[in-house]
Amino acid sequence: MPLLEVKNLAASYGALTVLQNVNLSIEKGEVVSLIGSSGSGKSTLLRVLMGLLKPNAGEVRIDGEKVDYGSRSSLKSIRDRMAIVFQQYNLFQNMDVLKNVTIAPVEIKKRPRADVEREAKAILDRVGLSAKLKSYPDQLSGGQQQRVAIARALTLRPEILLLDEVTAALDPELVNEVLDTVRELAAEGITMLIVSHEMGFVREVSTRVVMMDKGQIVESGTPKEIFENPREPRTSAFVSKILRH
Amino acid sequence: MFDRLIEEAPRFFTYYNMIFVLQAMGTTLLLTAAGCITGFIFGFIIAAIRATRDPLLKPLRFLVIVYVEIFRRIPFLVTLFIVMFAVQIVSRNVSLFAIAVLSICMLSTAFLSEVIRAGMESVPRLQIEAAETLNFGFWRTQFRVVLPQAWKVIIPPAFAFMVMFIKDTSLASQMGVIELTFTGKSLMNRGFSPFLVYGVVLAGYFVMSYPLSRLGAYLEKRLASA
Ligand SMILES: Nc1ncnc2c1ncn2[C@@H]1O[C@H](COP(=O)(O)OP(=O)(O)OP(=O)(O)O)[C@@H](O)[C@H]1O
Ligand SMILES: [Mg+2]
Repeated sequence: MPLLEVKNLAASYGALTVLQNVNLSIEKGEVVSLIGSSGSGKSTLLRVLMGLLKPNAGEVRIDGEKVDYGSRSSLKSIRDRMAIVFQQYNLFQNMDVLKNVTIAPVEIKKRPRADVEREAKAILDRVGLSAKLKSYPDQLSGGQQQRVAIARALTLRPEILLLDEVTAALDPELVNEVLDTVRELAAEGITMLIVSHEMGFVREVSTRVVMMDKGQIVESGTPKEIFENPREPRTSAFVSKILRH
Repeated sequence: MFDRLIEEAPRFFTYYNMIFVLQAMGTTLLLTAAGCITGFIFGFIIAAIRATRDPLLKPLRFLVIVYVEIFRRIPFLVTLFIVMFAVQIVSRNVSLFAIAVLSICMLSTAFLSEVIRAGMESVPRLQIEAAETLNFGFWRTQFRVVLPQAWKVIIPPAFAFMVMFIKDTSLASQMGVIELTFTGKSLMNRGFSPFLVYGVVLAGYFVMSYPLSRLGAYLEKRLASA
């Protein structure tokens, strides 16, 4: 049984239909990358999965259990199992780095503060931020904030990690730092759904690549299939455009 | 004219008269403080209700919007009379002071709720979404994420309104509540020169509102640099 299953999902912002008939299934331990041009609905799909935007049709199942996006307890339970790193980081501006990372595990998951802080410090150390525990988000660079956001998601110990363009705002040397972290996570077998424009990285780290266009999934396959043998003209056009950059 | 003032002064600045004025200032301050405290608490509750999205709460949202829009727009004197007559329907022996307190609270709640709402809306929507995905509940999101970021925007206009409430309490003298303006009228009736009487009243209002304005300015500066 897939860990995460999406069937015929549709969603819209008001009158603008953004997702249509999306089908996707992710097994435990898989790293699935979403690719596609800007505006194709990648972030929206992650938002729907996290319950930030209600789907108009279709269903999402976790471990076979249907998610009811209208029910508080169902939402609570999926947010307990999935964590998201936003494209714009969304760190709490009024909290320092350590607080940003520890507040949810301590106050929501009710884990002992000392344990959580130890774990958070280890994770922040791993992403190269052990000197910034007391800094506030507006005192950090984009790349540093991005890594804090990753640390915040990891400290939640999610079963599924959703990453939205975690390298988009970074300098080239920082890109590698963040990608290394994601690589390590992949090696540890954590299930991930990644939105990324870093094709080299997508190719290396993903077990499967999913191509989106205009709110629909047009093709899905192994990195080799998608990059070397795309079946869809839209995929080959997108891939060749991206790779040329 | 000065001769008259100098001649009257010893009779005017008596221990008894000064206690009368100071007590009245206390009443004015009490009315204002009650208004500010209640206004912040209920203003926040109203702003929070207006921030909800649950369709079930729509009637409640509608009610609080009607309340805020009405009480921000009618003169405070009218509020006083509405509250007085409404209270008298329920019970005949409610003190004038209680009616004045209730009125100033209705006024301050309406005004401060708007200030607080504007502050809360200045916090980016994405901050709230991040809190949602971390399973913060509604109130935790308000208290841990929204309000700590909204203060900067709330404090400056809130202090301006608090100074306004001090001034508005003077209208309670129209119903016979013995606050600072009332003592002015009463001392005038006892034949003292208006220059002396209203000079003291003016000084009283200034002494109460100036420190409040300064405190507001100070907090604004501190918050801006934080
Ligand atoms: N909050 C919103 N309100 C209205 N429309 C939105 C909103 N967010 C996104 N959209 C629209 O939805 C569509 C899909 O946006 P989405 O952010 O999912 O694209 P994306 O694939 O993540 O793009 P990018 O690669 O630029 O991040 C776009 O047409 C966008 O304009
Ligand atoms: Mg996006």
